Amino acid sequence: MSSANRSASLRRRDAKLAAKDHKLRERKKAAMQSGIPVELTPTQKVMNVLIHVVMLLMVVYCLIPLVWLMFSSTKTNEDLYTSNGMWFGKNMAFWQNIVDTFTFEGGIYPRWLLNTLVYAVVAGLGATLFATFAGYAIATMRFHGRKALLWITLIFMSIPATVITVPLFLLYSKIGLTGTPWAVILPQLSNPFGLYLMIIYAQTSIPISLVEAARIDGANTWTIFWKIAFPLLSPGFVTTLLFALVGVWNNYFLPLIMLNDVRDYPLTVGLNVWMKMAGDASYHVVPNNMILTGSLVAIVPLIIAFLFLQKYWQSGLAAGAVKQ
Amino acid sequence: MTAVSAHAGIGAPAAKPRKEKMQHIGMLWCLPYVIVFLGGTIIPMVYAFYLGLYKQRMIGGETFAGLSNYIRALKDPLLWNGFGRVLLYGVIQVPLMTALSLLAALMLDSQRIKHVAIPRILLFLPYAVPNVIAALMWSYIYGTDYGLFGQFFALFGAESPDMMSADLMVFAFVNISTWVSMGYNTLIYYSSLRALPEELYESARMDGATEFRIAWSVKIPQIRSSVVMTLLFNIIYALQLFNTPSMMQTIAPEVVTSYYTPNLYTYSLAFQGQDVNYAAAVSLVVGLFTMVIVTVVKTLGNKWEEK
Repeated sequence: MSSANRSASLRRRDAKLAAKDHKLRERKKAAMQSGIPVELTPTQKVMNVLIHVVMLLMVVYCLIPLVWLMFSSTKTNEDLYTSNGMWFGKNMAFWQNIVDTFTFEGGIYPRWLLNTLVYAVVAGLGATLFATFAGYAIATMRFHGRKALLWITLIFMSIPATVITVPLFLLYSKIGLTGTPWAVILPQLSNPFGLYLMIIYAQTSIPISLVEAARIDGANTWTIFWKIAFPLLSPGFVTTLLFALVGVWNNYFLPLIMLNDVRDYPLTVGLNVWMKMAGDASYHVVPNNMILTGSLVAIVPLIIAFLFLQKYWQSGLAAGAVKQ
Repeated sequence: MTAVSAHAGIGAPAAKPRKEKMQHIGMLWCLPYVIVFLGGTIIPMVYAFYLGLYKQRMIGGETFAGLSNYIRALKDPLLWNGFGRVLLYGVIQVPLMTALSLLAALMLDSQRIKHVAIPRILLFLPYAVPNVIAALMWSYIYGTDYGLFGQFFALFGAESPDMMSADLMVFAFVNISTWVSMGYNTLIYYSSLRALPEELYESARMDGATEFRIAWSVKIPQIRSSVVMTLLFNIIYALQLFNTPSMMQTIAPEVVTSYYTPNLYTYSLAFQGQDVNYAAAVSLVVGLFTMVIVTVVKTLGNKWEEK
């Protein structure tokens, strides 16, 4: 008896999804047609110039440090201090710097790079997968504790991980987890903001009617997840994964407090060790060129990831922004 | 990425199904998340609260101390010193970055810029730089004699200001955070702006409203939920400042003290100090303070959204 009602609400929901899609297509068409207005008034012309100038200044502000870093990575230690920051030095030392960076102190840098990769992939992938499972369940099923989980997520999504870092350290040192990579990986597997995003993505992209139909056909939740839900969720999954990866890659506080062995450090903490050396007069080698080259190498993978996955995460950001 | 106002709507469609069959297997789907959430958030907080209730004695181990650690933390001048500094930092950084990001997003959305995808991605690139590495880079750039800053001011025959001095350090942090996150905030605003229906300001345009007027009276109010959300997150980041000052500490230890921000203070209490009980209490007080401010901002933000 309730099936009529339910299917009505579901139909409404699917219609909404279709309408959203249609609206997006319409918008694209309109944007293509409109282009630049044919005739501009003098004030509009001045505005145009102004907009371009301000935009250019902003882009320059964002790019200068990155360009500076690229030039710096081609310089010897002396050239760093004597040459123009925005141009090459006397000697081209890029490959030498790369080799130095990767072999300094018995190759500790590649070790840090590997650690960072492992932490990012294990914790980032794990956190996103767990959030996707839970988000899928919350969006498509009804069970005890569903509401409680929803509320707790809403409360904790805006509590930053740094608040919990010191309590985590105190607990993990009590049970002997500090000093192991697990102390860095385990806490980052829980990501309330990621779960929040996945719930929203699941609610907006999985038509309940589809899930119902599959259920009536006898499919279990596991099959439904992989055959129906996951393909629909994949843009949201990539977005959440990318931001989770970046979060772990950038994390500094947690590994700094948890790890003791230099060989377990990720790049962020490791580079800080070199930074300390640069400020310490008792070291003969001041590895400024290696610090800067090492920084560049640490950034490049993320920049590449963002550039290549642009379509995914930009649409993901848009989906998150549209839903209000 | 989603509006704070979504709280009311989230979970709503499935929350009111009419006598839908319970699917308890859902609990199993949530189990991995629940386990890591308990181990990564809830249990540490409870444990820290418990630790904060005790005191180390010279002899005879721990004794129950009630709330005395918490009261001591609330009166700790070093902690309030740190709060004062992050509040000052936040008061400068958050409005500045929000204004710049909004301006950038409105310009990108104005359809006056050709190949808009290029400036959009270029503005975003610094977001790929970890905070710590951004601090590291900028500490070289800030250098008064060999850094870019020094070189820039030398062009005009002037001496560059020392960004890493006690007076200017806050601005050094403001600049680093703004540089890292401006493009990210811009993209959030930009995607919200793109999602607005064209008809919304088409009529205003017909009536001869200037683009400024449309941006201020139509576009910004329409994307206020995104603005509130980013404000919330940026305020939290400001209060939780740790990575950049921690890195700067290696360069300017006499400026960036061990209690420069609340988080640096709890870090040094827990890691370098001996008093874990007090460290636990302070960390919870910092968390509580953050939550109070978050609640205030959320409430104000919701009011603005309902207007």
